[in-house]
Amino acid sequence: MAKAKFEIPELQEYLDIPEIEPGTMAHSKPYVAKPVFQIPLGFPGELVDNWQEKALDKMGDLLGKYRSLRVFLDSCVKCGACTDKCHYFLSTKDPKNMPVARQDLLRKVYRRYFTLAGKFFPKLVGAEDLTKEVLDDWYSYFHQCSQCRRCSVFCPYGIDTAEISMAAREIMDSIGVGQKYCNEIIGKVYTIGNNLGLPGRALADTLEGLEEDVYDETGVDVKFPLDQKGADILVVTPSADFFAEPHVDGLIGYAKVFHAAGVSWTLSTTASEAANFGMFIGSYENMRKVSLRVRQAALELGVKRIVFGECGHAWRVAYAFLNTLAGPFDFLDPNYPVPQHILEFTYNEIQKGTLNLDKSVNDDMVLTFHDSCNIARATRMGDKPGGQFEIPRAVIKAVCNNFVDMEPETIHDLTYCCGGGGGLLTDDLMELRVKGAQPRMTALRNVIEEQGVTHMAAICAICKSQFTKVLPYYGMDMDQIVSVHQLVSNAIILTGQRTEGDETE
Amino acid sequence: MSFLTIAFALLFYAATAILLAGLAYKIFRFAKTPSPLKIATTPAPVTETGVVLRMFREVVFFESLFRGSKWTWTFGWVFHMGLLVVLIRHLRYVTDPVWGPIALIQPFGVYAGFAMVAGLGGLWARRFLVDRVRYISAPSDHLILILLILIGVSGLTMKFIAHTDVVAVKQFFMGLMTFSWSPLPADFFLVIHLLLVAFLMIIFPYSKLLHAPGVFFSPTRNQVDNPREKRHIAAWARKLEEQ
Ligand code: HEM
Ligand code: HEM
Ligand code: SF4
Ligand code: SF4
Repeated sequence: MAKAKFEIPELQEYLDIPEIEPGTMAHSKPYVAKPVFQIPLGFPGELVDNWQEKALDKMGDLLGKYRSLRVFLDSCVKCGACTDKCHYFLSTKDPKNMPVARQDLLRKVYRRYFTLAGKFFPKLVGAEDLTKEVLDDWYSYFHQCSQCRRCSVFCPYGIDTAEISMAAREIMDSIGVGQKYCNEIIGKVYTIGNNLGLPGRALADTLEGLEEDVYDETGVDVKFPLDQKGADILVVTPSADFFAEPHVDGLIGYAKVFHAAGVSWTLSTTASEAANFGMFIGSYENMRKVSLRVRQAALELGVKRIVFGECGHAWRVAYAFLNTLAGPFDFLDPNYPVPQHILEFTYNEIQKGTLNLDKSVNDDMVLTFHDSCNIARATRMGDKPGGQFEIPRAVIKAVCNNFVDMEPETIHDLTYCCGGGGGLLTDDLMELRVKGAQPRMTALRNVIEEQGVTHMAAICAICKSQFTKVLPYYGMDMDQIVSVHQLVSNAIILTGQRTEGDETE
Repeated sequence: MSFLTIAFALLFYAATAILLAGLAYKIFRFAKTPSPLKIATTPAPVTETGVVLRMFREVVFFESLFRGSKWTWTFGWVFHMGLLVVLIRHLRYVTDPVWGPIALIQPFGVYAGFAMVAGLGGLWARRFLVDRVRYISAPSDHLILILLILIGVSGLTMKFIAHTDVVAVKQFFMGLMTFSWSPLPADFFLVIHLLLVAFLMIIFPYSKLLHAPGVFFSPTRNQVDNPREKRHIAAWARKLEEQ
């Protein structure tokens, strides 16, 4: 059981809407990025002298570039429908974690400097000057938003606090107040190619190791190709898939599916990372630069298709933004969507019947499924709206006999964030992460107690890492988180695979 | 011509000009600002028709709000539907002859006034009773509710207690439109009603009442979910590609 310097929420059967307690999370702040992490991204190294002026200039600039920002800042009627929808508010009780209050931190400054009412009657309309205190609040509370968009589902105008947080982070970056975790990682992608800073040589070794493991286990020569020119499919996956648990078991699953489907595929050192932290910091330019590596890799390797591995926000950037940021992809095979999700691929193979699956292998588990926020509310899989909910479940059910869903108000587009999304998956925000997981943990514990669930499957590298870390705080076991393709990997029987009897373990 | 008539004539010209110019400007800004990325809240419609239907459900039924808060939805929807009927009923002051369907709803239309005020009352109560909503309310959020309640109450007072000469009121407003002014009845509740209405018109483009045009421009609600099929790119983003 992990030790903590803060109170760990006790799980109740129901998640009550708490009474507000101002300031409970005012102390929560991630480390500020040092100049070495700021400058490579094109941001000032530290707080610039005329920061107020610069921040307001940037705000004006963004108001001209993003309709979302302009419409959202003008349209909120303070109806309060979003106030009890954020996992961070529900678990911390801090009113500034209510989505509308979080937006208001930016909106009050917008009103003061960009609207007539705020210029002439600031008190009346809740407008405020941009002071150092306001900036500190921004830094604190815009790093308590995982950009999960749960609030946007309930808002009558679809106001998405994630958009506001992204804009706020972009403004802060532009005056030299960046977040270390995100900005350091983006720098690593530029210099090394992935978030974890895993160089090409190490990656090749890791993949060779995986080939040996799979061979030892199955007796089948399943390849994990890297930089293979002329392969059909470029696979872009979060770098955690290369060694973190349970992520890597998912990667093994992808490889087995490709092997069984008989298609040629390859990973790439240039694009050895699906994640795109440029989104978290709201920087179009950085997000674009990170995305262009995928295009470059696809061109270099001469592939026909692009498939993304299990990752939440990465799938958002891939599904919703890649065509915009790095398209057009007219050099790829037009018979397939660009990009495709690995689950779409596997699902299609299951439909075609190319995979030989033995569900009973997973009979020691009762599964439930965590819809990742960005996949659920910002993307789609397949042709029909809602495919992002159906396809993962269909795949799980094809490889497992025991599956139950969590409470309806915690799944599909009402899913709760794992608590570590949006660039918050860092140890300096541990308190926030543990608390923010409470709504999901409540729902999980209920199905564990009532339906005998033993494992929760996830399709996001951040969710997997976050849950692995956070489950022990709630008295659960870190191994209870599994990758969906880990389940596929268990169930798949490859041609020529050693049978149960001759397995040595 | 009385001072009152002249003052109100000028006030309504000014208020109308501010309302129309202000709204036109705001809508122009909304429309002109690009949406560089596809950010529809999914599951989202994959066709234009689907988007029109989604927007229709939002504007007419407040679909998202219904999922979010049943109480707010109830009060809010009753208020807005009441408001809508009241406003349609009011068209009789500015049209001649009055269009058939509008004449038809007149009798039971009066109840809409009560519905509107009741809904507003419920919404206002929430601002005191729910601690979360209290926290996010600025003075202006209270004032706008008070303003609308007073408009409603003064109107209802004229309807049921202190009647005014509605024919004269109509002549006054028809006169404004044809620039041949006729006198406005000097009744207390009418003066209050019109003063507050003029104020509402003036603040409309500078307040959260912008939610009315805003909802149509909300990218999370008005985008088609087809980013893989169709490349979406803003002009300023395209410039980055030319570098
Ligand atoms: C397209 C037209 C409109 C739509 C779709 C719309 C929708 C909404 C919705 C969904 C809410 C939130 C729920 C609530 O608090 O009632 C709201 C609030 C509000 N609306 Fe509208 N509205 C429209 C037009 C108007 C107009 C013309 C006015 C005023 C003259 C108005 C005044 C208000 C006010 C004052 C509130 C805030 C109520 C509160 O304090 O809780 N709306 N509107
Ligand atoms: C130029 C604008 C307006 C004029 C000339 C006007 C005039 C009037 C008059 C003369 C009445 C009394 C009706 C009767 O005795 O039969 C009335 C009633 C009323 N007014 Fe207005 N009004 C205007 C705008 C508004 C607006 C914008 C609202 C709402 C926000 C409103 C809400 C009401 C209500 C609720 C009633 C009582 C119920 C009803 O008769 O429908 N009015 N108005
Ligand atoms: S996007 Fe998610 S984390 Fe951010 S305010 Fe909304 S509900 Fe909370
Ligand atoms: S639900 Fe939307 S309009 Fe209502 S308070 Fe929240 S952000 Fe504002």
